[in-house]
Parts: sequence; structure tokens; C-alpha cells
Amino acid sequence: MAVLVIADHDNAHLRDTTEKTVTAALKLSSDVDVLVAGQGAKAVADAAAKITGVRKVLLAESAELGEGLAESMEALVVPLMSGYDAVLTPATSQGKNFSPRIAAKLDVAQISEIVDVVDANTFIRPIYAGNALETVQSSDAKKVITVRPTVFKAAADGGSAKVETIPAPAKPAKTHFIDQKLVKSERPELSGAKIVVSGGRAMGSAEEFTRVIDPLADKLGAAIGASRAAVDAGYAPNDYQVGQTGKVVAPELYIAIGISGAIQHLAGMKDSKVIVAINKDADAPIFQVADYGLVADYKTAVPELMAALAAAGK
Amino acid sequence: MKVLVTVKRAIDSNVKARVKTDQTGVDLANVKMAMNPFDEIAVEEAVRLKEKGVATEIVAVSVGPAQAGETLRTALAMGADRAILIQTTEDLEPLAVAKVLKAVIGEESPGLVIMGKQAIDGDNNATGQMLATLLDWPQATFASALEVSDKKAKVTREVDGGLQTLEIDLPGIVTADLRLNEPRYASLPNIMKAKKKELVITELASLGVDTAPRLKVLKVTEPPKRAGGVKVETAADLVSKLKTEAGVL
Repeated sequence: MAVLVIADHDNAHLRDTTEKTVTAALKLSSDVDVLVAGQGAKAVADAAAKITGVRKVLLAESAELGEGLAESMEALVVPLMSGYDAVLTPATSQGKNFSPRIAAKLDVAQISEIVDVVDANTFIRPIYAGNALETVQSSDAKKVITVRPTVFKAAADGGSAKVETIPAPAKPAKTHFIDQKLVKSERPELSGAKIVVSGGRAMGSAEEFTRVIDPLADKLGAAIGASRAAVDAGYAPNDYQVGQTGKVVAPELYIAIGISGAIQHLAGMKDSKVIVAINKDADAPIFQVADYGLVADYKTAVPELMAALAAAGK
Repeated sequence: MKVLVTVKRAIDSNVKARVKTDQTGVDLANVKMAMNPFDEIAVEEAVRLKEKGVATEIVAVSVGPAQAGETLRTALAMGADRAILIQTTEDLEPLAVAKVLKAVIGEESPGLVIMGKQAIDGDNNATGQMLATLLDWPQATFASALEVSDKKAKVTREVDGGLQTLEIDLPGIVTADLRLNEPRYASLPNIMKAKKKELVITELASLGVDTAPRLKVLKVTEPPKRAGGVKVETAADLVSKLKTEAGVL
């Protein structure tokens, strides 16, 4: 069988979610191709060609593909599927937007956010905010799958696949791109960061959130996350939200500050390697998943943590 | 403009799902159920469109068991005008639900469909996109702002790292993200009024839609539990443990 992986990128750089999805794809088949759909994305295709195990890279370019329009992605991928038995897409907001369209067009189920491949027809996926894992067997001839990238190791570089340019589909008639406002940040991206510092409602204001969380994140070279409560209260922007319906992260180190640990938040971070919780409420549910808990008011604990990190050479 | 909203009866978001000991699924017996939170947001948005004079009629649709009628009553109490329940005891996959909704939309011909971006039980995040594809209607998913004019909808979407704005020609499909609005609580008089609103029940089988499952659930298990951690006394202890014991600094 042959498998197509749809690359996640920003038209300039390949994201490691792609390498992680290739790892999942290699569990299905040794014939794995990568599709780079974008605009001015040649460098992305070249990077994808270096992933070990990739047979071929397909590059399609148009303004709409660069904008990531779901209708364009579907129109590009569906005809390609005559040559593939499965298509795997990283479960990013972009992937979640277009992948179900491919499934609907092919009249097959989408197997959403898989966390393991049992065999070529059988997959494990989280349901109910990750409180249950479902093992499903697909009877569809072609599989349309989104992959939770955080649970797979990134496939290493070392390959030298060919890049083949393919035509882009026509512009969609009924969807029009107006603009995109992306936050420019020097910090690592939340979903791929090695360390994440997250703040909760205890911060009390946007100013306090920034005052407390930013310096600690800067010191650790960490990405910043937030609980839903903090985002709802306007202390942090929407795309900081870690949880069932926000970002799912699994860094080496996750530091939760002033976060109580609602089910939905735990769903987004409980696969982190090491979890640290700082909360003044000793009964907060976050302590049940934390490897290291510090029962303290963040107002005193965070400055002390900064000082201890400085003393430790950080 | 007629606006159609879809609602699903799902586990209450404050309840932690428990896996059945025989691994056949999640135990929902005696568990509090409610309207899927994203669908509440979809209903609220439709009601606001009606309050602005953009929507003329709101039709709420659910595909599910008889008890989903209660969920539809909630939508009616929030401000929907009438409701349709496509009744089934089967647990349908997103593709099947999209096909059923397509059949309903064929009858209703709404100008706009607003749906929740995902249900908090299956966590698929797929039905809206599938419905748009089957209808060949434009889609704008994960909406955090919606402006509807005569034949167009301008939708601000939450994407990784920021916001994207699209304009779609109507009829179209919009799926609601968390920040689109804050749903209202239905007032007691509105709950009473909702009891008198029209709720039509149609048996799924009568639609003649292929809803056969494509996925067989082999088992449902509990995720591996994290081993309990330790409490540290001071920030300095914490840093030393992270450095030497955990090796993550």
C-alpha cells in the first residue's frame, strides 16, 4: 500500500508535525510520499525530501493553497488518492479544517487524531477529552486519518527523495480569503516546544499574566500556554489555550502556574514528560497529574523559581 | 434568512467520562447529559442574528435518541423557532450525520447553517466540514466572529498562531469555536414558551440515508494513568529535582 502525508508548514518552513506524521505513516507502509501544498514553498518541499523514509515529495503551488483554503486542499488531494490507500494529516487547526472534506468526498470515515497504529486497518484514538481511548477498525478501502503529532517521534533527516511539481486546482468559487493575522513571536511554537509555561485564572489580569509568565518562559526558552479560564477572562490570547479544544502539547517539561486542572485542560497536557504544578490550593486536581507539585502562591513561588533557576545557571 | 443550527446531546462538560469495565464504551448510565457546548454557541449565534434582524427563522436540528428532544427544547428556550429530531438509537459517525443533515437541508433550504466545531464526546471535529463537502457549500470553520450580510458571511477563524478572515457566499456552513460568543441561559418564561414550540420527530429510517458505520469499535480503554508525583517544599528543591532527578533542565 502507498500512503500520502500532507505536510504542515508556513510556506517557508516545514513544521516537525510533518516528520512526526511520517513516523505514523511508516507504521502503515514503507511507501510514503509527502505532499507540500502552498505558495513559494519550494524550500519546504526540499526539507520534506530529506526526511528518512520518504519516497517522493509532491509540490503544488497556488495562492489559495498558500492561504490553506480547505476547498482547495480537498480539490488537490482527492484526485491524487487514486494512487494512495491512505492519507495522513497532522491534526493541526489547518489539517482539521480540510481533512474531513477529503473523507466526505471519498465517502469514507475520517479517523480523527490517532495516537497509535495497531495495523493497517486498526487505530487508537482519544475520545471524551482523552478520558477514554477507542480502538477502531476501518472497513473503508481508503483511509483518511488525522494524526496527533505530539505522540509520535519525528522521523529523522537523511533521505534524498525527488521533488515532483504537480498542478494546483482551480480557485474555489465561493470562498474568498480576506486576510490572516498571525502573531509574530521569538518564542518556540506552543505545540512543538520542549518546555511550556502555562498560566491560569489565578493571574487575575492580562498585565499580571504577562508580568509573571513571560519572564519565566524567556528564562527557560519556553512557549507560553494558558488554561481556558485564563483565555476566557482575556488574560491570554485564544491561541495560547491548551486543552481538549485548544492545543494538545506534550513537551519535556510543562509548568502549570495557578491552573486548577479542569478535565479539559488535562486533556491537552497530560502526555507531557514532566509536569510541574504551582498552585496555592493543595487540593487542586492539577496535583494529581503533576510529577512535582509546589503548594504556594505563584506571587512568591515564581520569583523564587526565577532566582533558583538563576542560581542553577539558567 | 432562515438559519439552521445543529445540536447534539452529549455528556455534560463538567462530568468526567468513565470507561465501562467490559471495555465496550463509556458508561453513560445515570450520567448528566447536556447540549454539546459548541452547539450552545452555535444556537446563541443564530439567536443573535435573529435579534439583529438578519435571521428570520431559526430551525434547530438534532440527530439522536428520543432524549435529544430535551436538548432541542433547550435550543428552543434559547430562541430557536422550531425543532426537528431525526430519531435513532444508533450512535452515528460524522459522515452519517452529515448525510442525514444534508437530507434535512434539502427539505429546509436554509441560507446559513451554524454548527459546533466538534462534539465533546467523539472529539472528531468533522461533521461540519463533511456536510459542506456533501452540499458543495463553502465552509468557514472554528469561527470566533461572524458578520452576515445579504448573500455573504464574513468569518474570522481561529487558526494556529492567530486569526484568518474569510468571506463565503451563502448558503454556507459555519462552525463555532469557543470565543464566538457566550451562550445565554434560557429564562424560565422562555423555557415555558419553548414547550409550546413545534418539535417534529422523524424516524431516521424514513429518510433512506445510508448511515452504516465504517468504523468498528473493537474496544474502549482507560488511558494510562500518570503515576502520582511528589510535593516539593521550595522553588529551589523544585529546580534541583528538575535538574538531577527529571533531567529536563
